[in-house]
Formats: sequence, structure tokens, C-alpha cells
Amino acid sequence: MIATPEATALRRAAIRPLQSGGVAYWALFGALTAVILAGAAAWIYQLREGLGVTGLNQNVTWGIYTADLVTFIGLSYGGALVSAILRLTGATWRASITRIAEACALVTLLIGAAYPIIHMGRPERIWLMFTEPNGTSPMVWDTFAILTYLLATLIFFYLPLIPDVGTLLTSEAVRVSSFHRRLWGAMAAHWRDLPGQRRALERALAIMAVVIVPIAVGVHSVLAWAFAVTTRPGWHSTIFAPYFVIAALYSGVALVILAMAAYRSAYRLQEYIDARQFRYLGYIMLALGLTYLYFTFAELLTEGYASTHEALAVMALILTGRYSVLFWPWVIGGMVIPLLLIALPWTRTIAGITSASALVVVGMWIKRLVIIIAPMEISLIGHEIVPYAPSWVELTITAAGAAAIPWLLMIVFRLVPVLPIHEIEELTPAVTTPAVQAPARVASVAQAGLHGGPS
Amino acid sequence: MTKIPVHRADQSSDAVQAAPAKRAEAADAGRRTFLEGLGKGALGALLGGAALPGIVRFVAEASGTPLKPNDATHRWTMVFDLRLCDGCKKCTEACQAMHYLPKELEFIKVHELTSAGGQSFFLPIPCMMCHNAPCYRVCPVGATFYDDDGLVLIDQNKCIGCRACIAACPYDSRYFNFDDGVTADAAEIPYTEAPDYPGFQKRGTVGKCAFCAHLLKEGKLPACVDRCSMEAIYIGDWETDLATNGRTTVQLSKFLKDNDAFRFKEELNTHPSVYYVAGHGQDIDYY
Repeated sequence: MIATPEATALRRAAIRPLQSGGVAYWALFGALTAVILAGAAAWIYQLREGLGVTGLNQNVTWGIYTADLVTFIGLSYGGALVSAILRLTGATWRASITRIAEACALVTLLIGAAYPIIHMGRPERIWLMFTEPNGTSPMVWDTFAILTYLLATLIFFYLPLIPDVGTLLTSEAVRVSSFHRRLWGAMAAHWRDLPGQRRALERALAIMAVVIVPIAVGVHSVLAWAFAVTTRPGWHSTIFAPYFVIAALYSGVALVILAMAAYRSAYRLQEYIDARQFRYLGYIMLALGLTYLYFTFAELLTEGYASTHEALAVMALILTGRYSVLFWPWVIGGMVIPLLLIALPWTRTIAGITSASALVVVGMWIKRLVIIIAPMEISLIGHEIVPYAPSWVELTITAAGAAAIPWLLMIVFRLVPVLPIHEIEELTPAVTTPAVQAPARVASVAQAGLHGGPS
Repeated sequence: MTKIPVHRADQSSDAVQAAPAKRAEAADAGRRTFLEGLGKGALGALLGGAALPGIVRFVAEASGTPLKPNDATHRWTMVFDLRLCDGCKKCTEACQAMHYLPKELEFIKVHELTSAGGQSFFLPIPCMMCHNAPCYRVCPVGATFYDDDGLVLIDQNKCIGCRACIAACPYDSRYFNFDDGVTADAAEIPYTEAPDYPGFQKRGTVGKCAFCAHLLKEGKLPACVDRCSMEAIYIGDWETDLATNGRTTVQLSKFLKDNDAFRFKEELNTHPSVYYVAGHGQDIDYY
């Protein structure tokens, strides 16, 4: 293939994170590693001393670990949305960000899958889930759903990598270490850019895109049903499954935006990741956020209008009691402000949308604390409030999970290219196709730049 | 950077012109395949839909919930006479002594509640031994199971400590072992370690009242029934239709009917095995 300047530039940009170095990079990596090691130490302490080192009590037996589990698995939905749903809707603008989105999905799913193990009293017996599963238990549905989703995400991450590492291996413009040559040689699966191989890859990705949508919907639905099939007021609501799925998509898109912003500015990828993608993802986030706000309101209205003492006790705890210091800041800071930042044209900039996304990611974690833990604080006999507060062990392990997201992303993008070269060239070929009449193309590029490009 | 999709360099205009006839053929074939598929799909859905009730029934029966344990030799039940309960908590003490439990594990817990009229009353709650137990249904590894007499027991060698059962229990009757339970030397304990004797509580697992199944099978009274100073707790068996508090034996069905006995949170369809006799205006549904 002709190595045009554009093609070369794309390949070089795609592997910039591979060659990261410098004080800032290693300082960040070191700091994140320290937090993760602290979390690991805390977990080992918990394994030795038992769950008594947490803030859990006989009344609140599902605490911050459960909220973390739901949060991290929810954050993985950005990948499903960008890679699968946008592929199915033919949104070619997704081209340059699919790798980042899929990496976010993979990373958060791996972290999220660790939390059930941390939360269990006897984690060494987890194999019993596979040898003696009880089919009526939502925990079992969860286990198989999450594992299936993890497998699908791995496949979805790996398949588009094949042509990318294949082309990088044969490209004369890029210089990579022998470690990468060996790694990519193993991953490239004899990719020769033949038409038959392209068709096979397209077919595989098309199938995966269709398959991963019901799996993704299923995963957060069964996660929701673990709460909703109990009769606890505050959990036992029919809205829970769609509620959790929308929450996951909302927070997942936000995380993808954050990762896009980070890699775009850190590695000078402005030419490939542009404001239009932030805007479109911002619009999607706006739609999802408004839907989530609507679901929240519908649930509160229905529960509060005519209800049992127990349900009203939960509502009071959330709206005016101890959890109101989490709930109302979430409404304002986690929903209203980010949605305004996107809705208002003068804040709908990359900086504005990125700030909104940061608020959303943190806000949705806070919302999970409210929705999962507050109902457990109301005892089911006598409606006493038995308060819960996480201990340093739980907070450290939570922080370690949060630190693990950028940490794992930094590792992933030292191993594979950050830009999906093949998809960019397939979906937006003007980037690298050699021009027949160079001046005309330059003119149209300038025009497109002025008008923000066609949608 | 422009994003206008450009025709790929390998698409020739000849190829485009030869297409129409082929495309029509392809469309026909496509339509046929689609209609075939639709037909097969509809047939499959119909058959599947017809099979569904059968599958549901099979799963329900296979999960072994003994709503009607026909082959049971006993069908245990407990009755609490709230007219007599004075909240002394000797039942709790007896249970903790019997099972060497730490202070925070009260397998029979005496709640103090306020009724609609403002009076406080006591409500002792053991495990309700629900015939349709939510804890049984949500346990991912089947550590919570039904024994031959329909009692809900826990196998602490299987329990993974996920606490889904605690989340699911509407009566707050299950407890998590943050620490090991046994404070005495295991050799001193006269009972065998088994699910029917929750006396060797293991850290990281869930424990609860077992109706002292290890004593019931020897014809002895549960610890709480035996030690209640007001003789307010009865252990009964539907198979014999008798209940006793250790001193008096009554005909169970008549006792329940004459005293307007009721069960707690029945609307949740748990089919609990524990009855309460009120009589001083205790309003369990209000508090």
C-alpha cells in the first residue's frame, strides 16, 4: 500500500502512547501503582481478619463494595455503545475513538468483576458457583452474564486490533521495539490485508455488534434484579432493570469522553479526535441523562404517592435524612449541571463536555451508594435506621479500583495502538487516500473545516 | 479534517452497471430466505410458547420448594403467645448458650415495638421456616436447603458468604458471621457439627435459627421453648396436630383458630411456619 504522508502520520500518532516516557508519565503511573498496592494490602488484611474490618453490620450487609461493583460494570457500557451501537447505526464519526472506548470497557469490566470476590465472605469457595449453581439465584445469573460479557468485550477488543497490528508490522514508517514486534506478530493472525480477510473481519465484527447488545442489556438487568427480586422497599421496584441499564450507558459514555480528552491532549491527537465527536457523545449523554432523571423522578413519585411505612422510611432517609447530603448534590452536580453544560451552546466545548463527564462519573457512583445502601439501613422489623459508614479498608479498596482504570489504560496503550488505524481508513478514507488533485482536496478540507464537516 | 466518504479506488463503473440484473435475482433469493426464516421463526415461537409453561413447571418442581411436603414425617411449626411474652430475652440467652453464639448473633431476636395505641410490646422472631423461602431461592450455591421435614437449614461448608439471603429475608432473621462463633473448646460441645446444629458458626458464612432440629429429631424441645419463663413459646407439628410449650400440650389447629393466631408478612407469599397470638392490641402491621 502506498505510504502517503497522511497514512504515515496516522500510524505514528497511533503508537505515540507506546513510546511514552518522561517525568509526568512515570510520576502518574507511580502514584496510581501506590494506590493500587494500598488497596491490595487492605484486601489481604481483610482476608486475614474477616469482613469485620469493614463498616458492615448485621443490618447493612451490602455496602460500598456492592455499589462499586455496580459502578465499575456500569462504566464498561461506553464500549458497547461506541463500538456496537454506533456501528449498527452506521455512525462513521465513531472511527477514531473505538479503540479507546473498547479499552475502557475491557478495563472497567475486569475491575468490576473483582468486587464480588472482594465482597464475599468465603471467596475461596467461588468455584461452587460453577459446580453447584442454583438456577433461581440472581447471583448465578450475574456470574454467567458478566463472564459472557467479558468474553464478548475481549473479542470486540481483539478483532479490530488484528489489521492494526498487522499494518504496523509491515509499515516502514514506524519503528517499534522487538517486544512489540513479537507481541503483534502473535496477535496479527497472518493478516495480509486480503479482500477475503477484510470481509471475514467485517462479518465477525457485524455479528459481534449484534450479539453484544442483548448481552449488555442483560448484564445490567440481572445486576439490577439481584436487588429488585428481594422485597426490600427501595429495591423492589419494576423500574430497576431499565434504570440500571440507562445508568450504565450514561456513565459509560462519560468515561469514554474522559479517556478521549486525556489521550487527545496528552498525545497530541487533535487531528484524529475532534470536537464533533465530543459533541455527539455529549448529545448521547444528554439524552441518556434526561432519561435517567425521568426514571428517578417516576420511581420517587410512584413510591412516595401511596406506599408502605417501610418504603416511606427509605424515601425519607434519602430525601431528607442522612443520605440527602449525597442525593441532592447528585441531582445538582451529577445531573443538572452536566446536562446544562452539554445543552447550552456556549459551554458545549471540549472542556465543557469533559467537565460534565467527570461530574457524571463521580455522580453516578454517589447515586449507586444512595440507591444500594440506603434501603439496607432501614431494618425490616420496626423500621429502625441502623447506620453504615465504610471503613478505611473499604475506602482504600474503592480508591484502588478507581486508580486501576487509568493505570490499566496506561498499560494497555503501551501494548497496542491507541487509534484504530484500519477503522479510520475504512470509515473515513479521505484521511489517508492519496489525492488525485491535491489542490482541490486541500480546498475541500479547508471548507469542511470551516463548516464543521458533514454529519 | 474532512470526513466525506469517498468512493473507494477499486470500485469501477463497469462493475456498477452489470449489477442490476444480478441485484434483482439476489433480491428475490433474499426475499424467499427472509420469508422462510419468518415462517420457521413463527413456528419456533409457537412451539416454544407452548412449551414454556411446561418448562416453568419443571423448573419450579425441580427447585424442590416443598410448598406441600407430602412425604414429611413432621411439619414443624412454632407459636408465640404474645399475651404472655414479657421481653425477658431468656429465649435469646438459651439459644446463644446452646449454640455458643457471640452476643451480637441473636438467632431468636426479641424486638420491642410500639403498637397503634402507643403501647410497647415484644415480638420474638426466630427463623420463620418459610415454605416458600426467599433465602432458599437466592442462594447461588444451594448452601441454604430444605431438610426432609421442610426446615430451612444452612450448610456452612458450602456458604460463600455473599449475603444475598440476608438481603432477601423479609424478617431480618439471618445473620452474618464476621468472626468465628465457637468460643468454647469444640470437644466440650456435646452435639455433632451439621446443618441441623448451628453451633459451630464459621467466619464468613451466614447463620440462623434451625428450630433446634438436632433436638427435635430426638423428641426434645428447642432451647427457647424449654427456657421461656412465661411458657409463651410452643413447638408444634402439623402431622400430629399437637403443640407444646413444655408444660401444656394443645391441639394445634384449635389453639390457632380459637386465639385468632396469625402469621407475619403473609402477603409476601413466604408461607411462614411461625404463628403469633396477639390479644392485647398488638398491631404488628402498624409500628
